[in-house]
Amino acid sequence: MGFLGTINPSSWSSYFTHNHASWCKYIRYPTSISCKQPTLFTSHRFKSVKPENQLDSMHNGNDAQVLNFPGGMVKFTPDLKFMSESLEERIHCYRVLDDFGQPISNDFVQIDEEMAVKMYKDMVTLQIMDTIFYEAQRQGRLSFYVTAIGEEAINIASAAALHMDDLVFPQYREAGVLLWRGFTLQEFANQCFGNKYDNGKGRQMPIHYGSNKHNYFTVASTVATQLPHAVGAAYALKMDGRDACTITYFGDGGTSTGDFHAALNFAAVMEAPVIFFCRNNGWAISTPVADQFRSDGIVVRGQAYGVRSIRVDGNDALAVYSAVHEARKMAISECRPVLIEALTYRAGHHSTSDDSSKYRPVEEIEWWRVARDPVTRFRNWIEREGWWSAHAESELRNSIRKQVLHAIQNAEKVEKPTVREIFTDVYDVPPSNLSDQEISLRETIERHPQDYPPDCPTS
Amino acid sequence: MLGVIRQRVTCRGIPTLTLEQGMRVVASRTFSSSAKEITVREALNSALDEEMSADPRVFLMGEEVGEYQGAYKISKGLLEKYGPDRVVDTPITEAGFTGIGVGAAYYGLKPVIEFMTFNFSMQAIDHIINSAAKSNYMSAGQISVPIVFRGPNGAAAGVGAQHSQCYAAWYGSIPGLKVLAPYSSEDARGLLKAAIRDPDPVVFLENELLYGESFPISAETLDSSFSLPIGKAKIEREGKDVTITAFSKMVGYALQIRNLKTNEMVFPRMFYNRIRVRVLRIICINLQSYIFYNCMWNPYRLPGILAKEGISAEVINLRSIRPLDRSTINASVRKTNRLVTVEEGFPQHGVGAEICASVLEDSFEYLDAPVERIAGADVPMPYAANLERMAVPQQRGLATDQVHWPQLPKRYKELKLTKINL
Repeated sequence: MGFLGTINPSSWSSYFTHNHASWCKYIRYPTSISCKQPTLFTSHRFKSVKPENQLDSMHNGNDAQVLNFPGGMVKFTPDLKFMSESLEERIHCYRVLDDFGQPISNDFVQIDEEMAVKMYKDMVTLQIMDTIFYEAQRQGRLSFYVTAIGEEAINIASAAALHMDDLVFPQYREAGVLLWRGFTLQEFANQCFGNKYDNGKGRQMPIHYGSNKHNYFTVASTVATQLPHAVGAAYALKMDGRDACTITYFGDGGTSTGDFHAALNFAAVMEAPVIFFCRNNGWAISTPVADQFRSDGIVVRGQAYGVRSIRVDGNDALAVYSAVHEARKMAISECRPVLIEALTYRAGHHSTSDDSSKYRPVEEIEWWRVARDPVTRFRNWIEREGWWSAHAESELRNSIRKQVLHAIQNAEKVEKPTVREIFTDVYDVPPSNLSDQEISLRETIERHPQDYPPDCPTS
Repeated sequence: MLGVIRQRVTCRGIPTLTLEQGMRVVASRTFSSSAKEITVREALNSALDEEMSADPRVFLMGEEVGEYQGAYKISKGLLEKYGPDRVVDTPITEAGFTGIGVGAAYYGLKPVIEFMTFNFSMQAIDHIINSAAKSNYMSAGQISVPIVFRGPNGAAAGVGAQHSQCYAAWYGSIPGLKVLAPYSSEDARGLLKAAIRDPDPVVFLENELLYGESFPISAETLDSSFSLPIGKAKIEREGKDVTITAFSKMVGYALQIRNLKTNEMVFPRMFYNRIRVRVLRIICINLQSYIFYNCMWNPYRLPGILAKEGISAEVINLRSIRPLDRSTINASVRKTNRLVTVEEGFPQHGVGAEICASVLEDSFEYLDAPVERIAGADVPMPYAANLERMAVPQQRGLATDQVHWPQLPKRYKELKLTKINL
């Protein structure tokens, strides 16, 4: 009893078990079949400040005393010792294939020929698409483009390890994920040219792809805002009891934002099935990682939030595939967030508005692009497995090249969305003021057609 | 006796008792059948409860909404009824939980995000505007965001500059958002239900000081399928000489100066420009005699200041800041030919500015006088009670030390003459 004797511990336990029972009957949807433990915040509350055994616990252990502060038991130490700002050794990086495509690990998820060949074909497609679209921007045919050169393995392998039901919250360097899911080259070109076949109705800049059909949420320019969105959607999936998770991609720069902190913290507290995939490619436009943070990359931050994490070689398609595959399993079955940091290198410029040779040596860029090319590495592996050949390679590249050029030519010729699309989708139902504005705009266009772009159809 | 009355009336500048009683008088004429009254708090709570029980996708998220029963007790009883999965207490990160709510709405749930006050929504404003309001447009209709952001807005009492700003004008300018500002319990119930059912993102601006106010309510309003249309203003009182537009707490004030005998209605003069005063300059009246008269003999049937001067004012409760009910406002101005807009927020780029512009564009020939904007003072809200009183439009008595005399009597005489001559 002691000085806390007035509180009767048994009454506390009966309080929250009773309430647990009464709340259960008000839950109107099936609790997640895959999660082992439903979330009951209140029972955690009362547990942590339970006063029973306080005096007993003070004499636990031989030398170390413990006390039950809010947050749990913690051992005392007489040593005035600060935790080091970094570990002695950086967290190890998981890889399956070496630089020449030789497997150096037995601990990976096996993939069959069909999957491997599709993965490789999509990696090549992404690479060629990026190269040609970049050139098109340089020629003035596109206003803007962002490449994923050097990150093909991240894009395709992570997409391959997911199911179509998993929701993707991309940043902007993950066109490969959409490509894997079935977005066609023509659809990519339509969005970049903003023509009338664009399912984004020409509303956004190039590379801001989005497709409900493919469970790929529309790219937004705001940095790292997709992180808390992914957590919210994951929470919704959990409430729905679905066998699916969300995945969200972001770069090393995005981890400096407030949204990153809130999203990881919340995901851990809410126990949301979300995969946080960080593409640590060394650069945030011109800011190198040394100027972005002083921690050992992103992976160490996971533990700070109570999130399970892993560091993988982002240029190794098999490593990325295995990591995402396992992360997905964990996220859904254990209802927890998982953080994956993929180390890689941004071999292209940040975007077509950037010339990265201004802030990093050209040799470095070239070395990463050629010697550390993830596509080449994966090709070496599939060739060794006997699933690919040089002939297939040249055939594929020619065919993709033709398709991409064809898609661009087609997209360029198609007319732009009509004037009507300026005013739709602002609200669910168009309000009267916008209808009036549309009428007045049409009248103005009719009266002064020379002041308006010629390729802007009014019907 | 007078000391007591004076104290009650001038305490914090908001004479709750007279306001409440005034509302009963005013409202009882509309809802003659039912004598039931509920507070705005009860109205919001019941609306949330009914919508959550009708649609399992609706859930509430915010700081202190669960265990604490709501920072202002709006969500009382909801945690117990619906469980912690649908009434989610959050860590302190408005940006975080707003983003999470938006993400849940992207998926198809219907979150109701509560901000402890809308001042804190500034932490989350990127998510409200860039992730919620613009998403349907930017995604070409693929991502709809059926989310409601609600919480107290505007000045409370004695909470200082960082807790007193009105956000009606800021959110009211964003295409893709709907912005609502209820006044009475009927407004609160009907508009919150409409907001939750609406597939677009809605910003729902409540008022902390109105939470405890009771309003009569009809049986129809108490029905669980009740809702009010978004985008329609309500003409609280008809009139023929001047139109007064107001929203939220200011509707009560507008009704009072119209109907009840008040001590004095004082508007902080807008020092930064020279909008000329016309009809609605209120004379400073001797408080003591009025209050005495009020309390001794049936006070509720005495005509208000305006009525006493023979001015019949039409009071419009905007209810919806976006979309603004321009047709109702313009129709009213075309009838009365004069307009005064009242709001508590900062004057520049305020709601009143938009109403002025709308009326000038659509009903210029009908105006007999320039539009008058009444707004809060162009300063961050001071804390000291006397300073706070002077920074917002309100009723004050002569009994207070600081009297605001914006050159009224002479000008009013001019106006009076003008009115008579017309």
